[in-house]
Amino acid sequence: MSANSGDAAMRAFGANQDAPVFDDPAFTPLDKPLSEARVAIVTSAALHRPDQERYSQGDTGFRAFDAADRNLIMGHWSPNFDHSGFQADLNVVYPIDRLVELAADGVIGSVAPHHFAFAGNQPDSVSEVRLDTGPTCAQQLVADEVDVVVLTPV
Amino acid sequence: MSTLAHVFEAAGLSTIVLASMKEVVEKMVPPRALYCEFPLGRPLGRPADAAFQRDVLERGLALLDATGPVLETHPEVIEADETPLSCAIPPRFDASLAPAVDEANGIRAAYDRALAARGVTAVGRAIDADTIPAALDVLNQWAEGASWKEVALPGKNTVAVGHDIRSYYTEAALELADGPPPQGRAAEAWFWEETEAGKTMMAARKALEAQEAPFPFWFYMAPGHR
Repeated sequence: MSANSGDAAMRAFGANQDAPVFDDPAFTPLDKPLSEARVAIVTSAALHRPDQERYSQGDTGFRAFDAADRNLIMGHWSPNFDHSGFQADLNVVYPIDRLVELAADGVIGSVAPHHFAFAGNQPDSVSEVRLDTGPTCAQQLVADEVDVVVLTPV
Repeated sequence: MSTLAHVFEAAGLSTIVLASMKEVVEKMVPPRALYCEFPLGRPLGRPADAAFQRDVLERGLALLDATGPVLETHPEVIEADETPLSCAIPPRFDASLAPAVDEANGIRAAYDRALAARGVTAVGRAIDADTIPAALDVLNQWAEGASWKEVALPGKNTVAVGHDIRSYYTEAALELADGPPPQGRAAEAWFWEETEAGKTMMAARKALEAQEAPFPFWFYMAPGHR
């Protein structure tokens, strides 16, 4: 077994998957300086607080948490990636402390009040995320006056 | 992630994807993506390295200057390392127990310290920490020939119970091991190759396959490449 065979196997698997097609995709330019923009994180690491509903296998929903929350659990069902990095430092998946520092340094305008997590392993069509839960999450981000979303995959 | 990027852009948000699979992001063409060849499960690259994480974020945010779809690659490649984490396993204590059960009892103190330090645990999807030894006892019975239909597993769902056992061990291992956080997949390699629990789970998985249990029951108990 090579030193990196698990990741190589997963990347080869991903490369052979069909990808959903987006006709005429939107492109939203940032209409203000980054130093005035509000930034949120949305991750597919299936994060949740202990008091929130756990993710089911094939969960198409999302969980919202407050910017101050650090007591997060990774509820991802796939056994095919490293979990120890998150256990050692949640910022390697959910870089909330780095965002706070960037705001304090004036690089970004502000940290959004809420951040969001989906489960990375979705049904192949991803139709629920496209048509239902994704747009619902977008509405909540817009309501929080978010300008920029950083998406972190697991 | 790229799907959400398209959905969010359509709602008027500017997005940046930290992509982990190159061919996928090339097919999906999200508006702004930074491909990062880092260990899967570590999209910011390095735990407990604030400067590196910040560099990744700032390179991502810099893509906001582009006037059309853009895909860039982070210049650094970080590979996972499946050399088992160096982590002492407690010696046998009660020879009347199956080795994995004895071992799980032996690392409970380290697990409890890890829980006290972090405040949260990933254990609890199907069973709690108190039930880990009993679950390992059943997996050991399956590995030794017992029928999975006749000897019931606490928590029932083999994949969820497997997740709980692995989480219990890796959370304890981070408490037991010295030094900086382990490389990607080093804790995983330690669990599957060096612990009695990992060996027992793998043997139970093979036994389920041999007993013609449904594929998802056993396959997803372990990483696919194992």
